[in-house]
Amino acid sequence: MRASSRTPLTTRLWAFGVWSVVIFFVLNLLGLIGSVVTSSFATRWLGTWFPAGFTWKWYFAAWDEFQLGDVLWVTFEVVGWVVVISGLLGVPAAYALARREFPGKRFVVLLLLLPLLVPSVTYGIPLATVLYKVGFGGSLVGVILANLVPTVPFVVLVMIPFIEQIDPRIESAARVFGANTFKVFVYVLVPILMPGVLAALLLVLVRTIAMFELTFLVAGPGSQTLVVALYYAVFAAGVRAVQSIDAMAVVYMVTTLIWLIIALRFVNPTQIVARAKRDTSH
Amino acid sequence: MTDRGPTLTQRLRARGLDGVTLLVLPCVLAIIALFIYPFLYGLWLSFQPKDGTTMGNYDRFFREPFLYKTIWTTLKISIPVTILNLLLAVPIAFRVRLMKHQRLLTTILVLPITLGTVLVAEGMLFYFGPQGWFSRTVMALGLMDHAPSITHGYWGVFLSLLITGFPFTFLLTLSYVTGIEPALEQAAATLGAGPAARFREIFLPLLLPGLAITFCLSFVQAYSVLPSAILVGDPANTTRVISIAAYQAAFEDYDYSLASAIAMIMGAVQLVVVAAILGARTLVYRGPVAAAKG
Repeated sequence: MRASSRTPLTTRLWAFGVWSVVIFFVLNLLGLIGSVVTSSFATRWLGTWFPAGFTWKWYFAAWDEFQLGDVLWVTFEVVGWVVVISGLLGVPAAYALARREFPGKRFVVLLLLLPLLVPSVTYGIPLATVLYKVGFGGSLVGVILANLVPTVPFVVLVMIPFIEQIDPRIESAARVFGANTFKVFVYVLVPILMPGVLAALLLVLVRTIAMFELTFLVAGPGSQTLVVALYYAVFAAGVRAVQSIDAMAVVYMVTTLIWLIIALRFVNPTQIVARAKRDTSH
Repeated sequence: MTDRGPTLTQRLRARGLDGVTLLVLPCVLAIIALFIYPFLYGLWLSFQPKDGTTMGNYDRFFREPFLYKTIWTTLKISIPVTILNLLLAVPIAFRVRLMKHQRLLTTILVLPITLGTVLVAEGMLFYFGPQGWFSRTVMALGLMDHAPSITHGYWGVFLSLLITGFPFTFLLTLSYVTGIEPALEQAAATLGAGPAARFREIFLPLLLPGLAITFCLSFVQAYSVLPSAILVGDPANTTRVISIAAYQAAFEDYDYSLASAIAMIMGAVQLVVVAAILGARTLVYRGPVAAAKG
């Protein structure tokens, strides 16, 4: 009691209020996700707190109705290519920006910041117009290209601080012993950079699965990813049973969460929204 | 052979241009091809309207209430949501900063961001609907005698942006708050400053640049709201945001020229808000901030 009586009442009330808001928010969030999951297993759920019974059948129904097999395959193809290409373009660029001072560097950084600051719909519509004109509109290639616009700058901006903290003398030492740029890259840089690259690419993966606007604007019937297919299912609700849409939403959730859990083993949750911090204290 | 001074390669290297610098090129070319070129093409296309005049699209946008009102509709949703998110995020981030096990809370809060607006909208339709757990709890507690009508209107979109936007704003704020050197606060406390004074005199000035950036990034997210405005809003009327107008022009009327013009206006309005916030920041506080970063 002595410890708590030393803190003033106003401070304790303030802390209580703050925690109440957090708990209220988290409870509603879990309730929201929980009601989708519960509904996807419900036989019939009308006018009661809980459904009358539970069943698996909506998952089979959703799998057939929404061609989830095809949609999942498209999603993995898009995400896989986006991760590989943004890694191949982003990591070398981040290395150059972290290690060299050159004229026009500020311009390059600004160029990379712009796609992250402009709303995706704003550049998505002209981009979709161009992709349709070139003939990539509605195709898998178009969806992959559109998704690269936010992910490549993201990889660069996450990787720059990571590369800056690596001692350049390690590379110099390799060069002294006669390694050329390629050898330095393969034997020295790749092993050191691997954890950072892995973290950045996992974040790209999670973001691309959830990327709605750009995929929605560019995708055609055969190139919809899971999140776009889910949107169309919810948009046209009423035609199909609510439970089978919920089952599809759960499939989407599980797909995202598996990768999120893997990602969280390597990155701090704050990194999903902010760029990697410079300090390595924790 | 006489000494002719440094070769071209050496002179370029001295200015920082060598093989390593060239690694930046593929990335820059990709961004120019996929972002800058489409943007400029869209700008050019927006001045090529169907009626043959130069300014036809922009004329039409600012003449038809159906179109120009979307700006006001969008700002009326996105600005209050962003302000509320920030007002909630700052005090909570200050509490969570002192917590030992932040990881569980931050992991829960990262869920709505990774699941995205479409899934949140899908869940909201049921959870906040007349048969959902939220409405049932409200009625069971006797707070209201009928189910609150939240979805399919302004508040549906507002809530959906709060659910996906608050965690984003919070995690960004937390990363700024934890970046402040704790010794500064301890020093102020030693000199007798109370919590309110410590916040006002120490944290606020140091946080302002970060908060301004957080506001801008959160605002961009709320501003380009498309799926939730359609799914949990009233897309024909009170939540007909500017991105719906742009989408309809492009994919329902196939008027890419008008759609590009709307997209450009959308970008310009967003730029004005962001510039106003960043400009206001420099009016409030001027001085070094980076020195205090841990």
